[in-house]
Amino acid sequence: MSEHEHHSHFHEPDSQHAKRTLSPIELRVRALEALLTEKGYIDPAALDVLIDAYQTKIGPRNGARVVARAWCDAEFRRWLLADATAAIASLGMSGRQGEHMVAVENTPQVHNLVVCTLCSCYPWAVLGLPPTWYKSAPYRARAVKDPRGVLREFGVELPESTQIRIWDSTAEVRYLVLPQRPAGSEDLSEQQLANLVTRDSMIGTGLPCSAA
Amino acid sequence: MSYQSNADLGGQDVRDAIVMEPEGDLFHAPWEPRVMALVVAMGPTGLSNIDMNRAARETIPNYRDLSYYEVWLTALEKLVLQQGVLGDAPPPPKQVLRAELVAAAISKGSAFSRTPAGPARYALGQRVRTIAVQPAHHTRLPAYARGKAGIVERVHGAHVFPDTNARGLGENPQWLYTVAFDEKELWGERNPKQRSTISVDAFEPYLEPA
Repeated sequence: MSEHEHHSHFHEPDSQHAKRTLSPIELRVRALEALLTEKGYIDPAALDVLIDAYQTKIGPRNGARVVARAWCDAEFRRWLLADATAAIASLGMSGRQGEHMVAVENTPQVHNLVVCTLCSCYPWAVLGLPPTWYKSAPYRARAVKDPRGVLREFGVELPESTQIRIWDSTAEVRYLVLPQRPAGSEDLSEQQLANLVTRDSMIGTGLPCSAA
Repeated sequence: MSYQSNADLGGQDVRDAIVMEPEGDLFHAPWEPRVMALVVAMGPTGLSNIDMNRAARETIPNYRDLSYYEVWLTALEKLVLQQGVLGDAPPPPKQVLRAELVAAAISKGSAFSRTPAGPARYALGQRVRTIAVQPAHHTRLPAYARGKAGIVERVHGAHVFPDTNARGLGENPQWLYTVAFDEKELWGERNPKQRSTISVDAFEPYLEPA
């Protein structure tokens, strides 16, 4: 096993280490990493730092902070809707797969849903790595044509009168849904509000947790 | 010349259930984080650009049978071969992402906006029609939105044009618009009523006046 393995989430007792045969795909990954290291393209230590960053630092709790701030601060909300890249950067989130951000607001009349039908474009800077379903055929195929059916699969049933607005991320613009603030959350702190914001509510496939 | 994208899935008849995933369940095999990091770390080397990567992924013949990290791995292997990394004179990396540079590289990202070559041809609120042709190369206008009339909802400025960038023909910046379509325009009257509006982000060469 390489020295990097202990950084991943997949711990195995040492006795099993030695016995386990590497799968064909593991061999491919190791061969590619070894080749690119040998040819001077990558620093294997950088891979460890990247993995750690997306496992422990850059994820949907970042986006939840943005949403909670917008719920608490009307001026920030206006800024977020007018220039999401700058507003989000003011909270210390920027960069890779978040260079051109647009925030779209759910209202009683309109529910927003984000998809990338062509690949897996996703706002990494605020939500981290995309869930597998976001990158898989069923969601990508159906979100644009049968959004109500898709939302039902996620347990979300919208009133018939609600307009659904679907954003297919076909270029380098990345979309963040600003969900509606839950009823009865008036007394909650910004941190408590952030805890109600789910990853799916910022993609549009879910709603925030209830305040009760 | 033919070019087949196997990744253009919007509106296709895919009936498998969507498999839910709790927050924090990022990887499903020990090799997956390594592939994610390899792909990200290869960015600064300039061996390929993001549009070449997407082209390499979408043309994998068994794309639909692979998991997404298998797609990433297969495409990276393909690019490494195509760009001559195994040959006598591998292209030198523009920059190597060292461990100590990772945090700064992530928070800097790489912007795709560029100075436009001329004024925008279309304005907010204007009715436009997408082109109906399917080009014989990588493009970012999904098949379901070809030859359809919509409204310009946002103007994003000029961005790197994937159609040329993917083929190594330069960034060729083009105006980028969000164009919104009524569901009936895309799917016809027979699709069960969803009360939905669908938008794509479309580069100016994908559009004609309507």
